[in-house]
Amino acid sequence: MTSLTGYAAVSMILFSLGAIGVVSRRNVFIIYMSIELMLNGINLFLVTFARYHFNMDGQILSIMVIAIAAAEAAIFLSVIILLFKTKKSLDTNVFTELKQETE
Amino acid sequence: MHTPYLIWIILIPLLGALLNAGFYIYHIKFKKLPEKLFAIIGTVTPFIAFLFTLNLFFKLNDGSENFEQFLFQWLDVDNLSIEMKLLGDKLAIFMAMFVTFVGWLIHIYAVGYMKGDDGFGKFFAYFNLFLASMLILVLADNPVILFIGWEGVGVCSYLLISFHYTDGDNVMAGNKAFIVNRVGDLGFILGVITLFFALDKTGISFGDMQANISIASNDLLILSGFLLFVGAMGKSAQVPLYVWLPDAMAGPTPISALIHAATMVTAGIYMVARFHFLYSSVEEIGLFIAYIGAISAVFAAIIATRQQDIKKILAYSTMSQLGYMFIGVGLGFYSSGLFHVFTHAFFKAMLFMGAGGVILALHHEQNIFKMAQHRKRLPIISATFLIGVIAISGIPPFSGFFSKDAILAAAFQQGEYLIWGVGMFTAFLTAFYMFRLYFVVFVAPNGHEKEYSYTDKTITFPLMILAVGAIFAGFLNFPAIFGGSAFVDTWLAELNSVKLHMSHATEYALMFASIAVAVAGIYVAYKKYANYDVYKPESEEGLIANKFYVDEVYDKLFVQSIKRLSRYFDETVDTKYIDGTLMLACKGFISFGKKLAIIQNANVRYYAFYMLAGISATSMYIYITLIGQ
Repeated sequence: MTSLTGYAAVSMILFSLGAIGVVSRRNVFIIYMSIELMLNGINLFLVTFARYHFNMDGQILSIMVIAIAAAEAAIFLSVIILLFKTKKSLDTNVFTELKQETE
Repeated sequence: MHTPYLIWIILIPLLGALLNAGFYIYHIKFKKLPEKLFAIIGTVTPFIAFLFTLNLFFKLNDGSENFEQFLFQWLDVDNLSIEMKLLGDKLAIFMAMFVTFVGWLIHIYAVGYMKGDDGFGKFFAYFNLFLASMLILVLADNPVILFIGWEGVGVCSYLLISFHYTDGDNVMAGNKAFIVNRVGDLGFILGVITLFFALDKTGISFGDMQANISIASNDLLILSGFLLFVGAMGKSAQVPLYVWLPDAMAGPTPISALIHAATMVTAGIYMVARFHFLYSSVEEIGLFIAYIGAISAVFAAIIATRQQDIKKILAYSTMSQLGYMFIGVGLGFYSSGLFHVFTHAFFKAMLFMGAGGVILALHHEQNIFKMAQHRKRLPIISATFLIGVIAISGIPPFSGFFSKDAILAAAFQQGEYLIWGVGMFTAFLTAFYMFRLYFVVFVAPNGHEKEYSYTDKTITFPLMILAVGAIFAGFLNFPAIFGGSAFVDTWLAELNSVKLHMSHATEYALMFASIAVAVAGIYVAYKKYANYDVYKPESEEGLIANKFYVDEVYDKLFVQSIKRLSRYFDETVDTKYIDGTLMLACKGFISFGKKLAIIQNANVRYYAFYMLAGISATSMYIYITLIGQ
């Protein structure tokens, strides 16, 4: 059982680190990396439990997540390039076009 | 006995209204249509309705049972079952007969009167609708259907009185008629509801109500009888709800004729006669009706003696004659009251149409003192007008004598000498003011020699037919004392009218008395007006000429106070309290919204945080509830 707790703890820490990264960092690249971290935390969870239950469904799902993450990487990187082209910056605080104007 | 014909009496004029309305829309939107088209639709449909009615009349006369026609179930809730059903009993067919016949003649007359008017088609659409509404009212089997017709004639009178709507006065008069009638209508609705509950919800058709009238308590019957009569006061222009009737003269003359003779104002009398079982069982309310009728009769007659507008004189005379009818029905002499409605329809339609002919010939001059200077060469109108004036004054053997005398004799027999006296005095005044009108317009010297070639057949043809009716309609109820058969009394026997039973000597004496007062009235009018110098019109000062200032008093009492109340609501309650409360709430929402808007700061990290916080909170909630179980 300790091994399960250990795996779970690691995946939770990975996920939380990613979440904190998304919320606290301003660089778009770092945010992207943090998202990947969260995904991998979840992947670890899935694989752990798949192994624990001797059921391959979780592993298949994690392969799916990795594949989609790869596709997402392509889109995300191109979006980052476009963002950089418009503002010459990767700081998220610069991209505030949708802000509610309050008097 | 079931018959499929009853509905067609209503549907055919209604169809005429729809066709005319449709063609009129086509006429103004696309292509001009000839007046002839509207006139044919407008006049043929009432005539077909009249033929249907006539057919049913003869069947009834041959001893057929009362007709009825069930159309569909309208409402069925708890004990309230309202059927869409028409009833063609003797009373209804009697009314429908002269409503369609006189209505038809007025339609013909309107063709000549409205010639060249822009709204010719619209006028006939309204006119047919008016007739259809009145026929719904007459042929209704229960008070709810009656109320549809009741409101229908109200709407049509409003539309027609303010027909020339570009003139503000006409619109005001239309509004007045509509609003005053609304007061009466409220009474009518409340009366029907009270009666329905007073009868322990045993049924709403007239037949059911009549059968169960004995189970109701006397107090409730008095209340419902009174409330229903308030409705009749409004429709039939009795004190105190009469004020709309003189103002209704703003409409074109055919409308006045239709309102006063065939439709609308007779609705109140008809309704009281319809509820004869109710009014027979509570005598107090019947007496009340008779007194209101007597007051209205004399009040209107006094006002009429000093009016100068030809149509207003006739309007007040209608109100006065309606007062007679209410004396009749109030005292339980339903057939006498309805007989007066019947004869009145003929001579009053004729008087209005004659007046309209004069007005038209004199280019819309309505002041009788100004008319005299222009009248010449209106022989047919003059002759028919004289017949009408004699008929309404109660000179035998013209129709008005028989019907009016029956009512006065009834009041005398019931021991209501006050009502009888008032009625006699009114008869004197009636003869006086009607002959004043006739002498000033047609007899007094000082007429200009200007000629008017006025030979439109549609104007004179109905006048001549009605003149025959005004002379001979009285013989339809030829009293037994002269060896007559009293056809109307026999025909309306199912109303259980009180019978006249007095010695022949008394009856002759009463007749003589009423002829004497009529002749006296004519004599006074002759003395004063036959050689009247029309270049010196009577002054318009004084209490009577100003109609006892009733309009002014109503204005002060009701109109102004309601206006003040509305102004208070507008300026204080609405602006300060209601708007204030709402604005307070609004401003609260706005400032709260502004505070809330701070979190929408376009910073993607914050958005991610909100999402995380939300998902975490939801997860926690699910976790806790799952553990809780």
